[in-house]
Amino acid sequence: MKRFLRYINVYELIRPIGQLLTFSVGSAALMSAIVVALALVLDQTAVGVHLMDKLNVTVFNYTLSNLPQVVIDGLTIGFVYAAIALGYTMVYGVLQFINFAHSEIFAVGAFVGVELLIFLQSAGVLAGASLFMAYAYLLLAIIMGMLAAGGLAVAVERIAYRPLRGASRLVPLISAIGVSFLLQDVIRLVEGLTTGQFNRIMPTFGNFDERIIFGKLSMGASKLVLGISIKSIIVIVVAVLMLVCLNYLVNATRVGKAIRAVAQDMPTASLMGINVNRIISLTFLVGGLLGGAAGVLYALKFTRIDPFVGFFPGLKAFTAAVLGGIGNMTGALLGGIILGMLETFAGSYMGIFTMGAAGSEYKDIFAFGILILVLIFRPQGLMGKNVGQKA
Amino acid sequence: MVSSYFKELFDKVNQGPLAYILITVHVIAGTYLVYTEPRSNLAFLVLITSFMSLYFFQADVRFKLFVGAVLALVIIPVVGVRNIFYLEVIFQISVFAALALGLNIVVGFAGLLDLGYVAFYAVGAYLWAFFGSQQFYVLHYAPGTQPSDLPFLLPGDAFYMFLLVGVVIAGLTGILLGLPVLRLKGDYLAIVTLGFGEVIRVLANNLDKPLNFTNGPQGITPIQRPTMPDFAVDWFNTIFSPLVGHPISPADMYNLMFYIYALIVIIVIIFVTRRLDDSKLGRAWTAVREDETAAIAQGIPLVRMKLTAFAVGASFAGVMGVLLAASRTFISPESFSFMQSIGVLTMVILGGSGSIPGVILGAAVVTTLNLQVLQGFSLYLNELRQSDAVIPVINFAWKDLSTQLDPAKYQKLFFGLILILMMIFRPAGLIPAKRRKRQVAPEESK
Repeated sequence: MKRFLRYINVYELIRPIGQLLTFSVGSAALMSAIVVALALVLDQTAVGVHLMDKLNVTVFNYTLSNLPQVVIDGLTIGFVYAAIALGYTMVYGVLQFINFAHSEIFAVGAFVGVELLIFLQSAGVLAGASLFMAYAYLLLAIIMGMLAAGGLAVAVERIAYRPLRGASRLVPLISAIGVSFLLQDVIRLVEGLTTGQFNRIMPTFGNFDERIIFGKLSMGASKLVLGISIKSIIVIVVAVLMLVCLNYLVNATRVGKAIRAVAQDMPTASLMGINVNRIISLTFLVGGLLGGAAGVLYALKFTRIDPFVGFFPGLKAFTAAVLGGIGNMTGALLGGIILGMLETFAGSYMGIFTMGAAGSEYKDIFAFGILILVLIFRPQGLMGKNVGQKA
Repeated sequence: MVSSYFKELFDKVNQGPLAYILITVHVIAGTYLVYTEPRSNLAFLVLITSFMSLYFFQADVRFKLFVGAVLALVIIPVVGVRNIFYLEVIFQISVFAALALGLNIVVGFAGLLDLGYVAFYAVGAYLWAFFGSQQFYVLHYAPGTQPSDLPFLLPGDAFYMFLLVGVVIAGLTGILLGLPVLRLKGDYLAIVTLGFGEVIRVLANNLDKPLNFTNGPQGITPIQRPTMPDFAVDWFNTIFSPLVGHPISPADMYNLMFYIYALIVIIVIIFVTRRLDDSKLGRAWTAVREDETAAIAQGIPLVRMKLTAFAVGASFAGVMGVLLAASRTFISPESFSFMQSIGVLTMVILGGSGSIPGVILGAAVVTTLNLQVLQGFSLYLNELRQSDAVIPVINFAWKDLSTQLDPAKYQKLFFGLILILMMIFRPAGLIPAKRRKRQVAPEESK
């Protein structure tokens, strides 16, 4: 055992967990503090009166009673964003190119996973499955989604991006947009021809929909329920596992060293005997695997998927990558968590705070506002180094 | 090998009187086919492509202008009134050609990838939709609850003024958006403009409260059109009704009028674009596109040049938006989706970014693909489904073909394919932009 441990870089296993913990707790605390402060202020204004008339609670109490759920939802979606954002950031790190089709890779992963589960359900396996088997099936779906998405990502790179390497920057980007559009309709076509419908629902099985209740706190008139659904725990656990593995792969293995070398300087890396094309394929594979898994997790969390499911998560994950500093893996984690938090907080509280004038319908464009602000004031992102763009 | 053979053949044909004859034959054949077969898509394609032979064959410019004018002002109105669907196709081609020309300035000339271009189109459309309808008096009603007898804010003829207002407002929007984001390079800019496009769409969808500006997803209707003078209808009827075969109603006449307006706008846009391309500004754009660092070193004010490109491109879209709102009398956020932006980008890329004829060709090809080829193919598949036909070898009955296989619904697939294939095989487009060959001073021979 001891001999075996010598080969494992324990530090690289612990470090990302520490980072994730810090980022999660930090952003949750910060956002909560801001929201609570806002609530206290708004209680003195017309907003408080309005809410008092309507629901008979103060803004402060309303905010507090929703807070735990909002934080958990924000964390869950934040981890999903982080997993997708890593796909963007890795490809950008190596090729300085936005893989616009990554959102469809994500969607394909979701569809493969969900279709597999639907198939298992129609075969009658899911209904009577024991708890252990239910988790095994979910794991199988996640793995199949990962494999399909990873394979697709590699194929897309080979067909649509590799011939364009060395062209001007916009050329592969336009090709990637083309791939994204093509894949959306291919998913639609395949789904339409095989199942006759585009919207697929994740089958319910196992105990994923149950909630674990930690306890109840009474706060004046309103009750505060502390709980978390099992789904959210699964999403968070799987995402953390993947992120740790990825971090280990990139920072503590030989292949990872090759990836970093290619990202730093492609011609020199190739002179050192690294097969650059293979490393680039590998980067796409890893990004695709993560994206596929994120797709299945997303389907688990939100239940319903359609061929365009990838568009907004993809854009937000890209925003997360830019927010954290594109090309920087830790930054992608941070960006994903912050963005997930911000978005969930905005979606939950904006409607109340603005007296219904601007509610959760603006949640999807909230990310863009952040993106624009980041690009104006800190284009290198929160954790990025200020390096000039390569021509 | 094959292409060079065709090129030789084409060069052989394309000289002397043969070219004139071919052009004339093509136009006459197209006209005859459409006139005798007013419902055939194929006949219409023959007529439409006569613009291409007009462009590709060598002939005197005056001859070309004359034939072009006859085509645009006599033949198309007549066949268009006989089958109003053709006029619709031509109108859409013109609208998209104008949009593509606008995007061409941003993408083709200045090299800035704008993925939210229809946002400016939406700005123009909603501008006239708001001021040219009852919307001003609906501000305090939730969508669908307003009384039906509200007055209009402005008379319909204010439309002409709003064509100019649309130019200005859309241009200003372009500058406003450009100011913060134009410091960014290439791909970041693309994503931010995409975001901006989505922001505009989401705003159009949701600005029905607290004040009802856009009427939400239902969209604004009715939007006024400019008044149609009676004499125009009479005049058209006296000249053309024998050719058309029946008198023209004012409703059809409106379609014709907007077609003519779109044509005028396009001609103005082409003129402006050509002048800009040859101006100091156009050269500065090219410099920025080719190499930003070198352009700065030459003393070109980078951000100001990019802003101008953004504003000019946006203003083209704005004026077309106003025109669209008036011609449709109805607009909703759905017309301004991300797919539309990519559609216009596809036109520019397919035709050849930076090339005026190329971009127009791209708009025509993509629009006819959407409206005619794919639709026609869908209809054909439907007919096959109704019949008892069977694919011989694999013994597959057409009846069993899924109704989901409907090519008209898969525009995105074709947009995507076009973008990928063009980028890999012909990144300069079908008609590549001509590089400037003129020199400042001719070299002296020693």
